[in-house]
Amino acid sequence: MEGLERIVKEHPFFAGMKDEYTNLIAGCAKNVRFEAGQFVFHEGEPADQFYLLRSGRVALQISAPERVLTIQTVGESEIVGASWLVPPYRWGMDAKALELTRAISMDAACLRGKCEDDHSLGYELMKRFMPILIQRLQASRLQILDVYGAHS
Amino acid sequence: MALTAETPRIVADPMVPRVGRIRKRVRELSDVWTLTVEMDEPFAFAPGQFNMLTAFGVGEAAISISGDPARPGEGLIHTIRDVGPVSHALSHLEPGDYIGVRGPYGAGWPVEVAEHCDVVILAGGLGLAPLRPLIYEVLSGRKKYGKVALLFGARTPTDLLFRPELEQWRRRLDVDIHVTVDTSTEDWYGNVGVVTTLVPRAAFDPQHTIAYVCGPEIMMRFGAAALRDKGVPDEAMYLSMERNMKCGIGLCGHCQIGTVFVCRDGPVFRNDKLRPLMSVKEL
Repeated sequence: MEGLERIVKEHPFFAGMKDEYTNLIAGCAKNVRFEAGQFVFHEGEPADQFYLLRSGRVALQISAPERVLTIQTVGESEIVGASWLVPPYRWGMDAKALELTRAISMDAACLRGKCEDDHSLGYELMKRFMPILIQRLQASRLQILDVYGAHS
Repeated sequence: MALTAETPRIVADPMVPRVGRIRKRVRELSDVWTLTVEMDEPFAFAPGQFNMLTAFGVGEAAISISGDPARPGEGLIHTIRDVGPVSHALSHLEPGDYIGVRGPYGAGWPVEVAEHCDVVILAGGLGLAPLRPLIYEVLSGRKKYGKVALLFGARTPTDLLFRPELEQWRRRLDVDIHVTVDTSTEDWYGNVGVVTTLVPRAAFDPQHTIAYVCGPEIMMRFGAAALRDKGVPDEAMYLSMERNMKCGIGLCGHCQIGTVFVCRDGPVFRNDKLRPLMSVKEL
């Protein structure tokens, strides 16, 4: 557990967070690895985890008839998964490891429970999630604009 | 009146094109071509400058120079996207065909300000073409700079410009190269996401960095914002603007934005000067 606490504390996502909180969070954490091509999760499944990537890369994908579209890739020091934050807690897309990927998996129910017990912890987590969600929203808007299209 | 040795001559009327011949034409992408033009006289230019190219009988268009300024023997190189009648005619000129060239015009990339600093080159789509002369210059004088990062985004993997050169630059151990595409299918194993997502991933010291940005205007606005979020001041960012240029020498006003003429005062502007103009939607 001491190793996991250190890994959680040193992950950029938790930079600056009090030891008291990272120790609490580490109680919901476990080490996981995904081989290249292995799915981290599938669209529609319960969003019962989120992942702090330590190494490797993960593609966020949406399956369409006869093709799979990659919307975004995320890599080392980034996070995968936000659907665990809001009901109905189901993944909105697929996530697939593009290469050997090591991550910390966070038990969502465990973490939500701790945030309910201590709203300050919840606020600390939200302060870290919101900028990422906003950046991804902005990035999605930019994608929709199709800035490299013929009319750009 | 007979022309005598004493008769004053207009030696270089800036509105009269010099005539060159197409030496080589290379297809880069489905709608993008690189032309190598043979000129009778040496043609010096600075990275980031452009020429007005004439397809005789069709018209004239402003096209950035995409070749290496240190290798004039290679010919005058332009990379052109086939989007309108003039660019279509230009991009379909064959070796041996004549082409009109006026220039070089405009203020290019200020390379010297980046000495002893980290360098970030942020390119989107065809924006890599005007940045390529800068990349050549930075790489040829690599020791003068700190970390060098090239962040390049395109629409899809098949829209990645200069792919062989990107792979060549990536093999160097002294340049940090990140490439991404806006969207992709499963057969692409590289990054997917807009080019701005590459900024946090690149290693550079924001307070001692000079950034050069070129691409569609919206991409440059968001790109500059991402650099600013990381701590790069507007005074250390240079953006290359594209406007409908006609005369190329600051006379006609077609490319005017507020008080500046893109052809004469730009196309490269420092962002603290440009940002107030870009934020006015009427301009």
